[in-house]
Amino acid sequence: MLETTWFILWGVLWAVYFMLDGFDLGLGALMPILAKNNTDRKIIYSSVGPFWDGNEVWLITAGGVTFAAFPTTYAVLFSSLYSALMLILFALIIRAIPFEFREQIDNPTWRKLWDTCLVIGSFLPALLFGVAFANIFKGIPIDANGIYQGTLFTLLNPYGLLGGVLFVLLFTVHGAIWLSIKTEGELHDRASSMAKKLWPVLLVVAVVFLVATGFSTKLYNNYLQMPLLFVIPLLAVVGLLMTRLFVGKAAFWKAWFASSLTIVSATLFGVVGLYPALLPSSLNPAYSMTIYNSASSPLTLKIMLGVALVFVPLVIGYQTWVYVFFRHKVTEEELAYH
Amino acid sequence: MDALLLSRLQFAVATYFHFLFVPITLGLSLIIAIMETIYVRSGDEDYKRMAKFWGKIFLINFAVGIVTGITLEFQFGTNWSRYSSYVGDIFGSLLAIEATTSFFLESTFIAVWAFGWNRLSPKMHCVSIWLVAIASSLSAIWILIANSWMQHPVGYAIRNGRAELTDFIAVVTQKFAVLTILHVLSAAYILAGFFVLGICAYNILRKQHTEFFIKSFRVAIVFTLIFACFEIFEGHLHGELLKHTQPTKLAAMESHWKTTSSAPMYLLSIPDPKNERNSVEIGKVPYVLSLLATHSLTGEVQGLRDFPKDERPNVWLAYFPFRIMVSLAGLFVLLTVVGWFKRNKLESSPRYLKIMQFAIPLPFIATTMGWTLTETGRQPWIVYGLMKTSESVSPIAVSQVATTLVGFIVLYSLLGLTAFYLIAKVARKGPEPIADSSK
Repeated sequence: MLETTWFILWGVLWAVYFMLDGFDLGLGALMPILAKNNTDRKIIYSSVGPFWDGNEVWLITAGGVTFAAFPTTYAVLFSSLYSALMLILFALIIRAIPFEFREQIDNPTWRKLWDTCLVIGSFLPALLFGVAFANIFKGIPIDANGIYQGTLFTLLNPYGLLGGVLFVLLFTVHGAIWLSIKTEGELHDRASSMAKKLWPVLLVVAVVFLVATGFSTKLYNNYLQMPLLFVIPLLAVVGLLMTRLFVGKAAFWKAWFASSLTIVSATLFGVVGLYPALLPSSLNPAYSMTIYNSASSPLTLKIMLGVALVFVPLVIGYQTWVYVFFRHKVTEEELAYH
Repeated sequence: MDALLLSRLQFAVATYFHFLFVPITLGLSLIIAIMETIYVRSGDEDYKRMAKFWGKIFLINFAVGIVTGITLEFQFGTNWSRYSSYVGDIFGSLLAIEATTSFFLESTFIAVWAFGWNRLSPKMHCVSIWLVAIASSLSAIWILIANSWMQHPVGYAIRNGRAELTDFIAVVTQKFAVLTILHVLSAAYILAGFFVLGICAYNILRKQHTEFFIKSFRVAIVFTLIFACFEIFEGHLHGELLKHTQPTKLAAMESHWKTTSSAPMYLLSIPDPKNERNSVEIGKVPYVLSLLATHSLTGEVQGLRDFPKDERPNVWLAYFPFRIMVSLAGLFVLLTVVGWFKRNKLESSPRYLKIMQFAIPLPFIATTMGWTLTETGRQPWIVYGLMKTSESVSPIAVSQVATTLVGFIVLYSLLGLTAFYLIAKVARKGPEPIADSSK
């Protein structure tokens, strides 16, 4: 029971991370297409300035909880995905630094350098998280000793890449909607029409992904055993349709929540399908990392649960306050700071 | 070159680099919080300008600190998977608690502070920097509890082929952790203090914004003096504790080979590990080692020869860093005491100011030496007495680690140089003009 509770929390933490960092990574990747001049770029930076850092802590927490609640999974997963993860970390470094460094020197080349970092550093994690999670859903070649029998290129299989494309699309739509919320005028129009343009592509890829999941993974087994669970992928689909509906009505906050629902449900769709495994082995199901063979002791899980029950609601509380507090649109006058 | 050595090098590069920025975050957030509190209570706009000016430097530094921290957390899994799976029950939970209780608070409220100058009341704005300061020190506390557990494991049992938590309170409150926390936090506050004092000295010497920097200096000197004095006292308790917890580290940092009662201390020794002795011993001070380690002139201090050769740390990497660190700590007290007496006549003390501007790097050297002693002095253990470093590395390919190690060195060097350049630029430029500070 304790293990299952932590399994759910583990899934929820990753889902919330993707929902929150998703829009700033997606927006960073879209910057070269959306921004026509330096003011546009500055507005894009400012639109996520107060949020990206707090969002990224969800990743640290998701990683930390994997370590704390399922140490063996953490060990096997992170060492197996060594190169992919390191690439994500390097990318996240170069996407974070521009926020503080870009405005320090008034020089176009300097700014161009950091803008390039932001774009690469936003696009790569979006893609690689998708590739990584699709591979987790599918299972990776780990042997009886939890040793990975593959390379970085093992992960770049069709289903993994499809997952990558799906994440990039989910995040860019999410990001375009965010910019639509935060801006007015031409930039706003470009952002909302970008969301509209990307949406049909996302819909197609999402459907292909759901179908491919039936062929490439065993995720649907849990759903067939307990059909009630189909509510989760259904919510993802509903969220996706609502996203388009609200974008069409220019109700961008609602669209953002719908898009968030899609990302959260899509992540949980995979996680619930994995249960009780956290990392299936593609060599032999018996080698899989599950909540039974990789969880921490009951005492640790209980203490952690106590900490989570007190602090996570608190975090959600003050982060929500920050989102509400900085909900205003970013305009040219607004850019005075920095 | 094997994956073990490369992984150790990589972790060393990543932690050393990370800890150049973290102590500034820890100390400067507190100093800024104090400045802003003075502003809120007195209404003196100068203190608001101060908070803004030092805040600019703080934010540049903070960005680098935060991005280099994430790679550390993930490296336990990527490079030290066997360690992670063996001790994750205890170590992992401390990291997760750190993220949940501190990182969120720190990262959320630094944004509130940076973007909230015009949107928050002065009081609330001041509260946000206090939250950042408290959260960053709190995160240091959690990670140091985790490190202390590696130095001196308590509250666990070996079950199911791994170390499992049996007593959380013991892990969190053990004396080793308490002393380490006091030691490292004080060191960070001293470092940030010298950083501020040095930049003030630089500007006062060049007669740039003299009044502003004298005022800043006066805030920082009190702060730094308190922690510099405290550190000497705490450091002594720390060394004494090692006798019971890590006798090999104590012996290595004193280059003490033979178990002796009434052990003397030498002003300078040159270790000769091969022959298990010192090739040079100069300046014998009788009884002092026994006195320091046991509080008794005749107390017995264990020597390295008592331990198997493969359980001894590298003596050179413990002995010299320890001496450099302690000497610098003494110098910090001296410099801050002098600074305290000169605080009202700084402009007429150019020699002191010159020394202070060149003193900026010294605390960085001290903390780096301190970590070198702490971490290499624990070797060959990753968890003292429980698990060896050589048993804890991931089953990963040499080429993988070699690639990322080069990546770390290149990326971090560029990042470090750029941050250094930008901080120096802001520091030289000085605060915004008064008319502008309402912005």
